[in-house]
Amino acid sequence: MAGHAPAKTEQLPDFSDYRGVWVHIHQRDGVAAPVGWQLLGRAREMAEVLGCATGAVVVGHQVRHLADQAIHYGADVVYVVDAPVLALYRTQPWALAVSQVVQQYKPEIMLFGSTNDGRDLAGAVATILQTGLTADSTELSVDPETRILHASRPDFGGKLMSTILCKQHRPQMVTCRPGVFPAPQPDPTRQGRIVEVPFELDESEIPTKVLDFLPEEKKVDLSTAKVIVAGGRGMGGPEGFAMLRDVAEALGAALGASRVAVNAGWISYEHQVGQTGQTVRPKLYIACGISGQIQHQVGMQDADIIVAINRDPNAPIFKLATYGIVGDIFEIGPAIARRARELRARFAQQQPAAEGAREPAAASPSGSSTA
Amino acid sequence: MHIVVTIKQVPDTSEVRIDPKTNTMVRGGVPSIVNPDDTHAIEEAVRLKERHGGRVTVLSMGPPQAIAALREAISYGADEAVLCSDRGFAAADTLATSYVLWAAIRKLDEEEPVDLVLAGKQAIDGDTGQVPPGVATRLGWPQLTYVRRILEFDPQARRIRVERLADGGIELLESRLPAVVTVGREINEPRYASLPNMLRAARYQPRIWDRKTLNLDETKIGLRGSPTIVSKVWAPPRRQRPPVIMLSHGDRDPDAVAADLLDRLIADGAFDWAPTPAPAAR
Amino acid sequence: MVAEKFDVVVVGAGLAGTAAAYTLAKAGVKTLLVERGDYPGSKNVMGGVIYRQPLEKILPGWWREAPIERPVAEESIWILTEDSAVKVGYRSERFAEEPYNAFTVLRAKFDKWFADKAVEAGAVLVTETVVEDVLRHNGQIVGVRTNRPDGDIAAHVVIAADGVNSLLSQKVGLHGELPPDRVALAVKEIIQLGTQKIDERFTLENGEGATIELFGDATLGMLGYGFIYTNKDTLSVGLGVLLSQLIARKVTPNYLLERFKAHPMVRRLLADGEQKEYMAHLIPEGGWPQIPPLYAPGYLVVGDAAGMVNGAFREGSNYAAISGKLAALTAIEALERGDFGRAMMARYVERLQESFIADDLAGYSRLSRFAHQNPHLLTAYPRLLCDAAHALLTVDGTPKRLKFAEIVRKALRQRPPLALARDVAGALRARP
Ligand SMILES: Cc1cc2nc3c(=O)[nH]c(=O)nc-3n(C[C@H](O)[C@H](O)[C@H](O)COP(=O)(O)OP(=O)(O)OC[C@H]3O[C@@H](n4cnc5c(N)ncnc54)[C@H](O)[C@@H]3O)c2cc1C
Ligand SMILES: Cc1cc2nc3c(=O)[nH]c(=O)nc-3n(C[C@H](O)[C@H](O)[C@H](O)COP(=O)(O)OP(=O)(O)OC[C@H]3O[C@@H](n4cnc5c(N)ncnc54)[C@H](O)[C@@H]3O)c2cc1C
Ligand SMILES: Nc1ncnc2c1ncn2[C@@H]1O[C@H](COP(=O)(O)O)[C@@H](O)[C@H]1O
Repeated sequence: MAGHAPAKTEQLPDFSDYRGVWVHIHQRDGVAAPVGWQLLGRAREMAEVLGCATGAVVVGHQVRHLADQAIHYGADVVYVVDAPVLALYRTQPWALAVSQVVQQYKPEIMLFGSTNDGRDLAGAVATILQTGLTADSTELSVDPETRILHASRPDFGGKLMSTILCKQHRPQMVTCRPGVFPAPQPDPTRQGRIVEVPFELDESEIPTKVLDFLPEEKKVDLSTAKVIVAGGRGMGGPEGFAMLRDVAEALGAALGASRVAVNAGWISYEHQVGQTGQTVRPKLYIACGISGQIQHQVGMQDADIIVAINRDPNAPIFKLATYGIVGDIFEIGPAIARRARELRARFAQQQPAAEGAREPAAASPSGSSTA
Repeated sequence: MHIVVTIKQVPDTSEVRIDPKTNTMVRGGVPSIVNPDDTHAIEEAVRLKERHGGRVTVLSMGPPQAIAALREAISYGADEAVLCSDRGFAAADTLATSYVLWAAIRKLDEEEPVDLVLAGKQAIDGDTGQVPPGVATRLGWPQLTYVRRILEFDPQARRIRVERLADGGIELLESRLPAVVTVGREINEPRYASLPNMLRAARYQPRIWDRKTLNLDETKIGLRGSPTIVSKVWAPPRRQRPPVIMLSHGDRDPDAVAADLLDRLIADGAFDWAPTPAPAAR
Repeated sequence: MVAEKFDVVVVGAGLAGTAAAYTLAKAGVKTLLVERGDYPGSKNVMGGVIYRQPLEKILPGWWREAPIERPVAEESIWILTEDSAVKVGYRSERFAEEPYNAFTVLRAKFDKWFADKAVEAGAVLVTETVVEDVLRHNGQIVGVRTNRPDGDIAAHVVIAADGVNSLLSQKVGLHGELPPDRVALAVKEIIQLGTQKIDERFTLENGEGATIELFGDATLGMLGYGFIYTNKDTLSVGLGVLLSQLIARKVTPNYLLERFKAHPMVRRLLADGEQKEYMAHLIPEGGWPQIPPLYAPGYLVVGDAAGMVNGAFREGSNYAAISGKLAALTAIEALERGDFGRAMMARYVERLQESFIADDLAGYSRLSRFAHQNPHLLTAYPRLLCDAAHALLTVDGTPKRLKFAEIVRKALRQRPPLALARDVAGALRARP
């Protein structure tokens, strides 16, 4: 919750010694969480508006390689705090490390991912720095005049958006929802500066120990998928989903589902899209045998392109769709898979010659080249 | 053994309506409830008390109506309740809230040393999860957030072990007491209050502490103590979608439809594996 | 385990129960009020008119601080056919002035406020708790059992205010399940319209309110009526119909309500409204002779639980509140004497008979019997009335005299003179 202030003209302190838009790059075992790269993309755009540098903070042990990656994704300066006591994420030492860098190098904006760890860390850092922290933002913009960050976030299940400002304190801190901002294409030729920040803390001063870590089974992360092929009751059973999985593979897409399909046990809950499942925002969403009830819609209506394939010309999904196909998914689906494989084979041959072609699929975070 | 549970009274957001004209929440008639995650924090505290003896104090900052939330906590088996209430606390953000709660916990700790603070992992009205880290950081106590199970709680040895829902997996953590632990609905199933506890709750009068009782710095409470402000509340624009382009009414050959669809999608730049469309192509 | 002993336990925090608890607590009696809803009022449905006078006897000046919607300045009755209406109404500036005559209320707010008053007076209120049975000892009722762990409560007197179809009285054995020709099913919606639109459509100003009761086609001619009451920025819209007739005609209340809302006379009042809540509830179609036994040793029944509703004049809440108070007075007397036997409890019925309730309900009962015996009343007469009005008001060159003759001829064709006379005489006799 943020305070509700009556609008009155107020004197803003001189913050000219605070410059730069920074992102905390969270990592575990030297692998960065994707939300860090997503935020670097947005940070870069805001830094351009403000005419300042983009910064990244990497905390851990033996994590220098992440500094290079951060530069490829858009950081101008990367602050690396590398120490054995920081090897595993623990709130207290990490919060101290991040706070130290911020106090020393003074960014005006500092972004974190609003994952469990990100919120845990940002909440502690903001308290140490006694500054404002906005939670779970999905829209960020800066005012080039006042250099104030406008962080907006959905309230009441998305019915309303609130825009939250932090005028009198620096840095302006925000946790941001993963999967909302697109990750930029990494540019391996980008140059940047790496600053190693020394960190002193004795293990005996840290109250918490990590005894073990049990990685979750790889979660189906639909939130970062660019293309999703989703099936509903119309798939008729697990065999229908086997066919759909093949279509998804041919398109390099992730697999989604309606609640009916999940409840029937044709596919696991991680794939469910909608009010009680995941909210997705892909470039392309192909709804197969899904009628498009409101509870499903709220999870996928922000897709850029929606394709509806349904036998029933009156299915509500057609009201939402960019392209509609009335027909049997068991005929259309395989035809799409065949055609996609044909095209991909053709593009793969043309690739070396094709001017202006994108990078090979393997380098993009969500694409797959398993055709 | 003394456990403090911080709880917040929140509007039942499932019943909140938005006035489309003014873009404000229509609070009238919306029932207030104990923040759902907090009911699990209370239950966990009461279970620990049942195992280890001692006392559970519930603590809330809010308007006088929040007494109802504290009473509900008493009905679940908490022993005492304190409400931090003062006009000056109004419009607090998470930083200013954690300041008041910190001061109240320190005072409770002076009365009887606190072994553990339990909190909900987030409140449904703001969805921030920032208050408990704020409280822990101010107290200088370890914070263990998103805990799904307390494996060991040993007030004598001043040690706690928990399973935490970390990014990408479950962490097994051991820490020192006193600590601040936040929990959600995974941790337990709150009980149905007994009638004697309901009767006790109905008559219970919590202590009420204001800024004087807590000896607070005026610049750090309420609106003045809140670095963040809501500058505007707005309804996200409804996305206007162009009318659907029907590629088939069930009357075309599937292969022709598939080819047509993929050509259009490639032209729209939907696939990473396809060449970027030349601008003129559209 | 008995959790605690109270002097009196009141079951149900509706108007009847809260009036009882308030009266008891004010007199210093140790009182427990048990309500199964999340809060008092959360489960209560009411079209929403409360008269000022009766409640004054319990809580003088209540309307100055209670959450009321609008004081009622105009009351109308509309008699409908499919496409027409005869409208009769009364509006008075005096009704729009303090201390007012009646108010529209929303029970979810009102009951909560009223229960808070009882708590302020010293009653203990426990919500989200269901009373499942009474405790008995030697033929005497000595407490209640709730659905909570360790949930028994001992008491000298139990007051059942658990609403229509009182399950508690069924457990005590005072009566069985209500038969379908003794209850009406009511359905109601709250429709959000906005203060300004309401004022314009009902020609109201300064926060005053209006009520309309609609007969005839409103209920497909079945025994019952539809209603539209104005709240601050919403309308209470609904209808109640005798359950047995609904069953016989095989129509769902939902269908009736949708049909009612689409009626050309109703539709335009509701246009652009947004449905906020939908509720269904039973109303006992009581009347004095039909009222079930109202007491047992250590046990009193009040309000809807006692069948005290006057369906034709929507005054259930008055009877509920007054009967609650009279039961409380009886319990106070019993506590003073230390006597909770049958004879002492019977003093409650004496009190009721001295009050206006018994007389009113006896009257209502005559009317209701008359209506039950004459099912044509709500079909034949609306048609007759509307046709008459239509003929009379149509200017087509026919002299007025001839028109009257025509109307009379038509009317007599529909209801022969003898039948007409019987209806009129019956109605006069049944007049409440
Ligand atoms: C509180 C609540 C939460 C919910 N949360 C979610 C949620 O998170 N996600 C969700 O998806 N739902 C959710 N639902 C359920 C939702 O209301 C719908 O029931 C559900 O989305 C319908 O799934 P469906 O479209 O697969 O099935 P249906 O509505 O049955 O549609 C199946 C469609 O398949 C078409 N079809 C059948 N055979 C073929 C074929 N051979 N080829 C092509 N088309 C065919 C049919 O024409 C039909 O349109 C929720 C419901 C509630 C009450
Ligand atoms: C649609 C409709 C319109 C009406 N319009 C009017 C009108 O305009 N004016 C008017 O005066 N009257 C009207 N009435 C009638 C009026 O609502 C009732 O007569 C009045 O509410 C009766 O009050 P009560 O306290 O007896 O019962 P209720 O208000 O029904 O209260 C009973 C209470 O007991 C609780 N309860 C029940 N069982 C248990 C249990 N086992 N344990 C614990 N708690 C329990 C219930 O939750 C409820 O809160 C209307 C009724 C309906 C349905
Ligand atoms: N005003 C408050 N009073 C007491 N506890 C609070 C308050 N605000 C937040 N909390 C606690 O902090 C948790 C997380 O809330 P939040 O940070 O607002 O999402 C809640 O579940 C409560 O346990």
